[in-house]
Amino acid sequence: MIDILVEVRFHGRGGQGVVTAADMLAVAGFKDGYYTLSFPTFGAEKRGTPVASFLRLSDEPIVTRDEIYHPDYVVVMDPTVIGPVKVESGLKDGGKIIANYPKGSEDLRRSMGIDAEVYTINATKMAMEYLGRPITNSAMVGAFVGASGVVKLDSLIETVYEWFGNKELAEKNVKLIKEAYSYMKEVCRW
Amino acid sequence: MKKVVRGFYSIAHSVKLCKPNVIAAYPITPQTEIVENLAKMYSNGELGDCEYVTAESEFGAASILVGASAAGARTFTATCSQGLVLMSEVLLNAAGMRLPIVIVNTNRALSAPLSIWNDHQDSMLLRDGGLIQIHVETNQEAHDMVPLAFKVAENPRVMLPFMVNMDGFKLTHAYEPVDLLDQEIVDSFLPPYEPPVYMTTKNPLTFGSYAPPHCYAEFRVTLQNAMMRALDEIEKAYKDWAEITGRYWGGHAVGEYTDDAELVVVSMGSLTGMVRDVVNEMRREGKKVGLLKLRTFRPFPVKEVRNALKNANKILVFERAVSFGYEGPVGIEVKSAIFGFTPEFYSFAVGLGGRDVPREEIVKIIGDVYEGKVEQGFHFGTIKEFEEVVV
Repeated sequence: MIDILVEVRFHGRGGQGVVTAADMLAVAGFKDGYYTLSFPTFGAEKRGTPVASFLRLSDEPIVTRDEIYHPDYVVVMDPTVIGPVKVESGLKDGGKIIANYPKGSEDLRRSMGIDAEVYTINATKMAMEYLGRPITNSAMVGAFVGASGVVKLDSLIETVYEWFGNKELAEKNVKLIKEAYSYMKEVCRW
Repeated sequence: MKKVVRGFYSIAHSVKLCKPNVIAAYPITPQTEIVENLAKMYSNGELGDCEYVTAESEFGAASILVGASAAGARTFTATCSQGLVLMSEVLLNAAGMRLPIVIVNTNRALSAPLSIWNDHQDSMLLRDGGLIQIHVETNQEAHDMVPLAFKVAENPRVMLPFMVNMDGFKLTHAYEPVDLLDQEIVDSFLPPYEPPVYMTTKNPLTFGSYAPPHCYAEFRVTLQNAMMRALDEIEKAYKDWAEITGRYWGGHAVGEYTDDAELVVVSMGSLTGMVRDVVNEMRREGKKVGLLKLRTFRPFPVKEVRNALKNANKILVFERAVSFGYEGPVGIEVKSAIFGFTPEFYSFAVGLGGRDVPREEIVKIIGDVYEGKVEQGFHFGTIKEFEEVVV
């Protein structure tokens, strides 16, 4: 069996950049020398409906294209999907949930009634501050990198500049990513 | 240059390097972004003197390409599912007219019920249509097969439409590393299209005209002959490709551990990587299993399939479609190819209409067949319990 280093599942709602988050990390991870694969769940792509996307990073070419049932990390872009969607489903032992949530980590952990490590960040508030829109993927990508250290921050920033044609927009997103990264790195203390 | 790109882009980039003269298309999920990418390249002036036509339907798109190809143009379109069905009348004509149109089909289920998701039911409908059909496992393979499709389709010994099948969503929507070709490499492999015959306003010709009983059959013989010649021409093109790019894709059907395998698993398309992974794991556990990756579906590579399966006691085919009233279409072909051999035969239709095929499902099916826990014949993969209402 191919040794997948890291498997990440992203949850959120259509329009929040759930698919783009996984895709940007696939590009960034490749810059760090990993083989990467990202893909969405394939619903009718409507704003507001629950959406998931998947990311694999590995030292070997990735051949498994099934959905991720046992993630190392779950990243939640929208607090309102927690509950309606069982975001913690199949989380590996020692896995982490990184969630956009207005309250503290312990609050969420208790309300979900789970044992896993949970880390929260108020990404909606941050996104409103930096972008003026509640699009939380940049903040959550930054938070994921801050919590996991899986992808280098510099690779992610390089990717963001490539991704956005508009330099001003890229810079805003980079600031947001850095803020979320620093916050989460501090919370997770690695 | 190796880059992480989305499946759509890996196709559009490759098509651009093949310098098509006419692209005509109509959007349909999950194909749309291939032609969106091409339309963007066209509007940026990256496609040279290529004409890009947004048609009113898939029927229109294919019809435009028939006209363009008959006039000597290198032609491309992408479609899938209902779009391919709507195109099919025209594509069958293109085959009969011996027009080397290249089509990328992003495999998707057929209606009804409506499903936008992946399986192989659409391309199977054109099994008998005179189009060359191959299936790919990865976006790299899809990327590489586009220049190859033009080369083989336009080969004067072949002159047939060529359909590259790639799994919708599973490949089209995935970001993964692809070693993107550059112009120089494609130019050295694929010369400009030199049609043996083509029409102009000064030299009008008729393609696909009325063929009464005294001559129709002969046209069909030439279509069959061209298909059979394509077997060798495809192989030659693979070898040329390997010399230029260093990537050899292994011919029509690629066997692994087939010499001493008791059970050989046959797979086609993007599921194959995971099947190989499971087969490798079982090998490490000392189980005698093997894999046959089927790449060319039409013309059907009887010799390669027969050779790879001659030692197997058991054959298991993963199907992504159903020939209703019989069994899975790949199994039908495989059984026909091994006529005279008497292995146990199993086939499983999995992932219909985009149902995810978890690794565990593959492990279980292969394991159960290996251990003799399954009845021979055709089965459906994971199916929920439900009550069928028969009035």
